Amino acid sequence: MTIKLYGVAMSTCTAKVLACLHEYGAEFELVPVNLQNGEHKQPAFLAKNPFGQIPALEDGDLTLFESRAISTYVAEKFKGSSCDLLRSQNPKEAALVKTWMEVESQQFSPAISPIFYQSIIVPILHGGSPNQAIIDESAAKLGKVLDVYEKKLSSSKYLAGDFYSLADLHHLTYIYYLMKTPYGKLINERPRVKAWWEDISSRPAFKKVASGLTLGDKN
Amino acid sequence: MATPVTVHGPPLSTAVSRVLACLIEKDVPFQLIPVNMAKGEHKSPDFLKIQPFGQVPAFQDEATSLFESRAICRYICEKYPEKGNKGLYGTNPLAKASIDQWVEAEGQSFNPPSSVLVFQLAFAPRMKLKQDQSLISQNETKLEKLLGVYEKRLGESRFLAGDDFSLADLSHLPNAHYLVNAAEREELFTSKKNVERWWGEISSRDSWKKVVDMQKQST
Repeated sequence: MTIKLYGVAMSTCTAKVLACLHEYGAEFELVPVNLQNGEHKQPAFLAKNPFGQIPALEDGDLTLFESRAISTYVAEKFKGSSCDLLRSQNPKEAALVKTWMEVESQQFSPAISPIFYQSIIVPILHGGSPNQAIIDESAAKLGKVLDVYEKKLSSSKYLAGDFYSLADLHHLTYIYYLMKTPYGKLINERPRVKAWWEDISSRPAFKKVASGLTLGDKN
Repeated sequence: MATPVTVHGPPLSTAVSRVLACLIEKDVPFQLIPVNMAKGEHKSPDFLKIQPFGQVPAFQDEATSLFESRAICRYICEKYPEKGNKGLYGTNPLAKASIDQWVEAEGQSFNPPSSVLVFQLAFAPRMKLKQDQSLISQNETKLEKLLGVYEKRLGESRFLAGDDFSLADLSHLPNAHYLVNAAEREELFTSKKNVERWWGEISSRDSWKKVVDMQKQST
């Protein structure tokens, strides 16, 4: 039975899981959720994610929500293939992957998501004006986080070590959108962070996903 | 005899107490190393070597170092599956993933508004900082709405991830404890029947009582 991922390709959280699925070459079906019609707040979807957010995953009898829990599940399910994004065989490496996955979750995302929301979601989906004060405050926070990354990346090629892992992957979709805004400079003005971004965003699995990250593109 | 693991940070810190609760549930011996935050010890060069964001806790298990409380908790559960509460992070991949999604929900949805409220209501007055009423009211509304989702979920199962206490429930203890006991927000939990039952059960676990004792003894 095929994995079903409920979500939309242009969503940062859905795409995070798509990148993981592609890295593992997993077979899956992306089932679109009609956000405009409020499908994600209807009982059928709330049964999959009571918080009414995309993505949700179905794998046989298992239903899961929260993109990072889903990607971790995928990585553990397909453990033993040539792809190894959790480094489960090496406890020290696995511990570092866990740590930097939480860094993305607790330090990076809270700083970058208001920039994304104000710069892209507010004007495009709500027809409003970005709140510059929020953007500026978040850009300052993100800068501090990226300063730590810059230092870390001087002693290892990727965040958890000299190996690509889920910790790096989880950053892809927000940074991709950040680069479409003037705040991409936060990445570009830090040479090691910039090199790391160029490396991880050039992975074939991500390129497949990037073509769907179309929010803000002019037709 | 194995060296006890080391936790760096004050028990009063919500993130430190999350790790302590997990260690006690899992019956893993530990040594708690104080960090004098009033004197800025967490920003000292020596501390930044073990936690580059200058936050508590930091953690060591022989040669393995981690930070970020939820990463540390997951690590403890995976490294010591046979110790203490064996089901804390599930005993099979499906159970683990189901627990993980609720640990993520805590980290992504419960933690942000509850952290703001804990700071504004419990810590700011003690630190003689001015409270931000609008921030308090916004986050009360968010948390109230979120607990509505929990109320429904806890009508379907005894604990968040199923019929057994798990890391998902444990993750909520630190912030919820302060909201109930130091911020006069007990009503958030007692105004909903299932949430009240759940809070009563999880907060009366022996492991959490021991953490609360450690917090009291440290003042």
